[in-house]
Amino acid sequence: MPSQRHESRGGKCVKQVIEGSHAVSEAVRLARVQVISAYPITPQTHIVERLSEYCAAGSLAARFLRVESEHSALAALIGAASSGVRTFTATSSQGLALMHELLHWAAGARLPIVMAEVNRALAPGWNIWTDQTDSLAQRDTGWLQLYCEDGQEALDTTIQAFCLAEKVNLPVMVILDAFFLSHTYEPVDIPEQEAVDRFLPPFRAKFRLDPTAPRAFNQLAPPNIYMEMRYNMQEAMSAALESFHALQQDFAAVFGRGHGALETVACEDADIIIVTAGTMTSTSRQVVAHLRARGEKVGLLKLKLFRPFPVEQIRQALKRAAKVAVIDRNFSFGASGIFAQEVRAALCNLDNRPRVLGFVAGLGGRDVTTDVIEDIYWRTKKMKGSDQENLWVGLHEVDHAIGSLE
Amino acid sequence: MQLEALNNEYMCSGHVACPGCGAAVAMRFLLKALGEKTVMIIPACCWSIIAGPYPQSTLKVPVLHTAFETGGAVASGVRAALDILGDTETTVVTWAGDGGTFDIGFQALSGAVERNENFLYVCYDNEAYMNTGIQRSSSTPYGAWTTTTPGQQWKRLRKKNIVEALVAHRIPYAATASIAFPEDLIAKARKAREMKGARFLHIYSTCPTGWRIPSEMSIKIARMAVQTNIFPLYEVEDGLRYTINYSPKGYLVDEYFRLQGRFKHLTDEDLRQIQEMVDEDWALLCRKAGNSPRA
Ligand SMILES: Cc1ncc(C[n+]2csc(CCOP(=O)(O)OP(=O)(O)O)c2C)c(N)n1
Ligand code: SF4
Repeated sequence: MPSQRHESRGGKCVKQVIEGSHAVSEAVRLARVQVISAYPITPQTHIVERLSEYCAAGSLAARFLRVESEHSALAALIGAASSGVRTFTATSSQGLALMHELLHWAAGARLPIVMAEVNRALAPGWNIWTDQTDSLAQRDTGWLQLYCEDGQEALDTTIQAFCLAEKVNLPVMVILDAFFLSHTYEPVDIPEQEAVDRFLPPFRAKFRLDPTAPRAFNQLAPPNIYMEMRYNMQEAMSAALESFHALQQDFAAVFGRGHGALETVACEDADIIIVTAGTMTSTSRQVVAHLRARGEKVGLLKLKLFRPFPVEQIRQALKRAAKVAVIDRNFSFGASGIFAQEVRAALCNLDNRPRVLGFVAGLGGRDVTTDVIEDIYWRTKKMKGSDQENLWVGLHEVDHAIGSLE
Repeated sequence: MQLEALNNEYMCSGHVACPGCGAAVAMRFLLKALGEKTVMIIPACCWSIIAGPYPQSTLKVPVLHTAFETGGAVASGVRAALDILGDTETTVVTWAGDGGTFDIGFQALSGAVERNENFLYVCYDNEAYMNTGIQRSSSTPYGAWTTTTPGQQWKRLRKKNIVEALVAHRIPYAATASIAFPEDLIAKARKAREMKGARFLHIYSTCPTGWRIPSEMSIKIARMAVQTNIFPLYEVEDGLRYTINYSPKGYLVDEYFRLQGRFKHLTDEDLRQIQEMVDEDWALLCRKAGNSPRA
C-alpha cells in the first residue's frame, strides 16, 4: 500500500488524491520546466493535458509546443535543450517507437531531457494496455530508465530525474504502467515549491547555442573521436549509478523519503526470490507476505533503475537464493523476457549462482493477479532441470490452437 | 546594396564543399545578410559535411547539426528556448537541402509553418540527394538523370512546387533566390530577418558534381535557370501577394539543358515538351502575380 510505503518526515506538503499521470505533471510543474513539447497518445495524454493547462493559466512559466508528431516533439526538445533550458515530454508505445532515432540523438548529444513514458503494448493488434516492451526495446539508446511502482514514486522520480539528467548530461525516461499507474488515483504527497527548489536548482548548461560564443554541436565525428564519445557516455552512465545513490540521500534530507535503485523485501533468508518491475511489484508484495505467513522462504526484489543496470547490487541481493523467478511483462522475440536476460547476465560470473527462471506474464495488459504470482512461486519451487527456464504464464488454449493450424 | 554587409564574413576558408558548389556560395551570402545574431540548424545534407568535422567549424555562428527530418521541429525548440531565456533578437535559421525540405522533412516543416513558428527556413535546392550520391528527390526536375533514375528511366515527373505548398499554408513570407543574383538573395534574407513568424527562402543552388557540369559553370547555369523562367525569382507575402522580382528575357530552355550532363539523354522532342511546361508554369505565376491585390 503506497500510504504505508512512503513517509514524509521533512518539510510541509499537501497530501492529495491524484492520478498517477498527474503526479508526473505536478513534478514537472515543481521542477520549473521551461520548454515542453508533446503529441497525444493514450495513455500519456493526461500528463501533458494537465501541463498545457498550467502553461495556459500561467502557473508554469514554460513554452508548450503543440507539435505534429512524437518525432517532432523530441526533435523540438533537442533544439530547446541544446539552447540551455530544462525540457520535458511524455509519450507511450507507438510514439516512443517513432522517436527511436531521436532517442539516440538526445543521448549522443548529452542532453538532459526528461521524458515520462507510459508503458503500453505495441500494435498490431491495437492494444492500449500496459506492456514494457516499448521502453525496454529502447534500452540501448543511452537513456536512463527508471520504472515506477506508484503515484508517489512517479512524482518523486520525476523530480529526481531532472537532477540526475543534469548531473550526468544524459536523458532520463521515467516509466509508468499504463492505467494501473497512469490512471489510478492514490494519495500523493505534493511537496512545496520551496522544498523542490532547494533540491533542484535552476538548470545551467555547460554549453549552449549562443551567438556570443558560437560553437558547432553534433557535427561529423570521424573514427578517431567517435569511440571516445561513446566511452564518455558509458562513463556518464557509471557516474549516474553513483549519483543515483547520493541523490536518494539528498532527496531524503529534504523530503524524508527515498527510493533505491532496487528494493528488497524479505530477501535475507529467502530460498526463492521473485523479481519484478512496475506495478506488479505491489501485487507481489502481498503474495510474499501471504506466503511468508505460511512459512515459505520467499523474497521480492523490485527493479527500479534499469539503465544504468545496478549489477553489483543485484548480485548482493540475489546471491544467497537458490532460485530466482523473474516476471517479465515484455518479450524479446527469439530470446526471452528482457529483465530475465539482464538478471541472468548479472549473475552468470558468480561462483555459486542461483538458477534464474523467466516467466512471461501480463503482456498487452493482461492482469497479473496474486493467483498468477503465487502460481509462479509454486512452479519455481517444483522446477528441476534446465529445460524449463523460460515460461509463458496463463496462455489461453485458443492461442495454441491457432499456432497449430497448418 | 550596402557594401559593409558584403565585407562581413561568417564563413571561414577551409570548408569541404566540392569546387564550384552552389550551396557553399549560398550559405556565404545568406550569413552576410543575417549577421552574427544567428543560430543555424543543419539537418543531414551536404552541408553536414561542408561545415567541417569535429572539432572544426566553417561557420562563425552557433550550429546545431541534427537528424535529417527534423529541421522544422528543432528550430521550433531552439526558438522556444531562446525566447524563454529572453533572447528574442537572434534569428533561428534552419538550413536544409531539397531532400530534407521537400521529402523527409516536409512533415516537420509543414507542422512548424502551420504553428507559424518564428524562424527562417532556408532550402538550398540542388535538385537531388547529393550527400548520398545523387539520388532523385521530389525536387529533381522533369527530364533529369540521377543514380536512382538512370538510363531510360530518367525522371518523368515534375518537380514539386515547394513555394506553392508553403504558400498554401499562408506562410507570412516565401521567396525564391539564386546564387547568381546575390543582391536579390541578400535583400530577401534581410527582409526575412526583419519579419516575424514562419519565413521560407528557396535558394537555387547548383551542384557541379550531381549535375555533371564543370565547376566554373556553376553561376552561369544558375543565372540561366532564372533567365529561362525555369527558376523565377519571386516572393509571396501572407500566402496572397505575389511579386515577381526579375523579368527575364525569356530565353529558350534548350541551351540550359544542353550544358548539363544530367540532361544529355533528352531528345529535341523532350526539350520541346519541357519548354511547354516551363511556359505553362511561368504563365501561371504571372497570373497569380497579376491577380494580386497589391497596388
Ligand atoms: C532518416 C535518415 N535517412 C537517410 C539518411 C541519409 N541521408 C543523409 S543526407 C541525405 C540526402 C540529403 O539530400 P538533400 O536534403 O537534398 O541535401 P544534399 O545532400 O543534396 O545537400 C540522406 C538520404 C539520414 N541521414 N537519415
Ligand atoms: S555534391 Fe554538390 S551540393 Fe554537395 S558539396 Fe558537392 S557540389 Fe556541393
